[in-house]
Amino acid sequence: MRYDVVIIGGGLSALVCGTRLQRSGKSVLLVSSGQNAMHFSSGSFGFLGRLPDGSAPDDLIDSVINLPEVHPYRKIGPERLRTYAGQTIGFFESAGILLHGDPTHNSYRMTASGICKPAWLAMEDVSLFAPGETPSGGKALVVTLKGFTDFNVPFISSAFTKMGYACRCVEVEMEEIARLRKNPTEMRSVNIARVLEGQQALDRFISGVRGKLKDEDTVVLPQVFGLKDTSPLAAIRSRLPAHVHFVGTMIPSVPGIRSQMCLKSAFQAAGGTFLPGDTAVRAGFDSTGRVSSVYTANLGNTPLEAGEFILASGGLWGKGLEASYDSVKEPLFSLDVDSPRERKEWYDSDFFRRQAFTGFGVVTDESLRALKGGKTVSNLRVIGAECGGANPLEEGSGAGIAIMSAFMAADSILGRI
Amino acid sequence: MIHNEHIRSSNFEECIKCTICTEFCPVIEVNPLFPGPKQAGPDGERFRLKNSFFFDENLKYCMNCKRCETACPSGVKIADIIHSARMDYGTVTPHLRERILAGTDMMGTLARPFAPVVNAVAGSKAGKFMMDKVLRIDRRRSFPKYAAHGFNRWFRKEKAALQDRFASQVAFFHGCSTEFQHPEVGKAFVEVMNAIGVGVRLMDEKCCGVAMISNAMWPEARKNAVHNLAEFRKTGLPIVTASSTCTLTLRDEYPNILGLRNDDLRDNIVIVEKFLYDMVDEGKVKLVFRQDYKAKAAYHIPCHMEKLGWSIFTRRLLEMIPGLDLTVLESGCCGIAGTYGFKKENYSYAQAIGQPLFDAIRAEDPGFVVSECETCKWQIEMSTGYKVLNPIVLLSEALDLEKTRMANEK
Repeated sequence: MRYDVVIIGGGLSALVCGTRLQRSGKSVLLVSSGQNAMHFSSGSFGFLGRLPDGSAPDDLIDSVINLPEVHPYRKIGPERLRTYAGQTIGFFESAGILLHGDPTHNSYRMTASGICKPAWLAMEDVSLFAPGETPSGGKALVVTLKGFTDFNVPFISSAFTKMGYACRCVEVEMEEIARLRKNPTEMRSVNIARVLEGQQALDRFISGVRGKLKDEDTVVLPQVFGLKDTSPLAAIRSRLPAHVHFVGTMIPSVPGIRSQMCLKSAFQAAGGTFLPGDTAVRAGFDSTGRVSSVYTANLGNTPLEAGEFILASGGLWGKGLEASYDSVKEPLFSLDVDSPRERKEWYDSDFFRRQAFTGFGVVTDESLRALKGGKTVSNLRVIGAECGGANPLEEGSGAGIAIMSAFMAADSILGRI
Repeated sequence: MIHNEHIRSSNFEECIKCTICTEFCPVIEVNPLFPGPKQAGPDGERFRLKNSFFFDENLKYCMNCKRCETACPSGVKIADIIHSARMDYGTVTPHLRERILAGTDMMGTLARPFAPVVNAVAGSKAGKFMMDKVLRIDRRRSFPKYAAHGFNRWFRKEKAALQDRFASQVAFFHGCSTEFQHPEVGKAFVEVMNAIGVGVRLMDEKCCGVAMISNAMWPEARKNAVHNLAEFRKTGLPIVTASSTCTLTLRDEYPNILGLRNDDLRDNIVIVEKFLYDMVDEGKVKLVFRQDYKAKAAYHIPCHMEKLGWSIFTRRLLEMIPGLDLTVLESGCCGIAGTYGFKKENYSYAQAIGQPLFDAIRAEDPGFVVSECETCKWQIEMSTGYKVLNPIVLLSEALDLEKTRMANEK
């Protein structure tokens, strides 16, 4: 079975890269081994949350020079990064995902436990706060649904209190939601979002909140609205006589899932082929060392052939790397991995300090092509968390690396670089 | 490197509690009694291993659609864990209704001689009322009609003697629905295979056992499986199927749920769309399509085809047909899940689960729907009024069989 490009992976970087290629006329196939990290994403993207010395970056692109030379951002280079950062909002809009934020500067988003973290761009149901925002002096009503334990009201209200709001916390009780409690482990953001997709249920919820609203000018709600599309968000915003902030819940993430669905639909609408629930298990190389084919668990002996391959398999979390007691390997192509030889250098026994293993990835050349035994594999590019040289968790750079490297890999295949 | 999927029977400890399975479960969306795949599967398994007291009979609401497994990022075989738990801890024994619904072989054999009468009674108001009251088979459900003459009889009479002349041969596992309700699927299979120069053999097959697995008839399911595996080994030919659910059962449910090893056979058990596509892709076979064929079709990917990961073969094969305007519907469960949707207590859930699919079909308004699964066919035909064709039937209609035959003559 032949395609122009075969991408191993089905997460953010794979979908962005695949869509860009498919829209430019390449036939693209994605092999996705189960669902991916977007389901747990906050609904906001990080580009660079903090610099290696712990300080907060100012202009994001200018700050990249402070990263080590092997970092994917350094390989992409400031000029292209600035262009790509400028294209990001438009790209996501074309996939039906509205982002807000400043492409070159960080704002802050609030986590499910009421902590403010740096964020680059965010979906429309993720409120962003400007750095050093002055206390508002406003009044906020923090609303949750009765029985929902994945939205920590005391933490969130205390965070809003710190921002200068006078907070009052209330619960909305709904019969439709109470039914979910028969099944305590499944009273999750997604299940609630499904119930609240029904027009009547949403109406009842909105009037429930209106009924509790006194003199508050701000309403804080959990992100449990709009799994399929954002129409519930618009309804809430237009019908509540207050400014509405949506704040994250514990996983799964409703905006994260919506973004995954939108990107997958955009890829398929462009004509791309998506293999769900399949795993690439074996690869073939030709005599010049180029990848010639990939075999999957489901397709068996039918090879997937292509001129170009992209590895977007998500690092350790996505099983794009596998660790044993004495080594870390890239299982599909046996590529070079940037993990230290000594196991004790893989981690810090203080859990809260920088962990080296969260940054392990495949070693690439200047144009993000993979290295195997020290030699470049000329038709295999590595993108997203699989790409070595970065520590996305430490840097707050996961989504930025995914999107920037996806754009660059696509452009390089399209001959634009 | 061997993929985990093929070496563990119960890999519940690989669950990282991410809850993605729950997002993709069509049952939990409509039925709060079902504990959900994570709780019913890996979470519950932890408790059950400690004490069988923690077994929950509500696991029966799992339809075994396996969408949880397709979604799982950690490769946990959630539906297998659920069905193994039903087998190991379940105390509810199958009643007459379960035996009737799951006994596809037996019921077909009994019903066929009286097909017109059985069809009339099963289709009548009074018949449906009685089945509803006595057997708790929902009266709103339409029954598939029994054919008066089975596929095997047609094959022996018309085709068996002609098969020896082909150098290459396959064994056709036709499944119960081809034998009893839809012999046209088997006929199309033989016509297409013969046209590409491949001879067809039938075996002494028994029902794959999927309905027995769903209805807790474990010894019966195992007995059929042992029989079928022995038949497969005896023929030594590639086993080619036309139904996605039979295929998944033979390949994956035998080892993963019934504990019967089939490693020596598994790669050789394929659905006809994969078999054909691979032959064309490898340049071994040419397909010549009719110039005058024109149709608009919507492809519904059955859950088990999704789990097999093989819908791409059907899609690429159908895309070869010049006169076919094909839409691939958003993959989602139709709700029937074999015998599940026949049961009175499940009927409304089954229809609610299938509603988005029914809406999508009506919005598309195709000439017909294509699907590899016979129970999806029953559900979609009953719920939308659109006709559903097995892809092999569509192929046999779109192919110029004579020209294909000539193109493949050695």
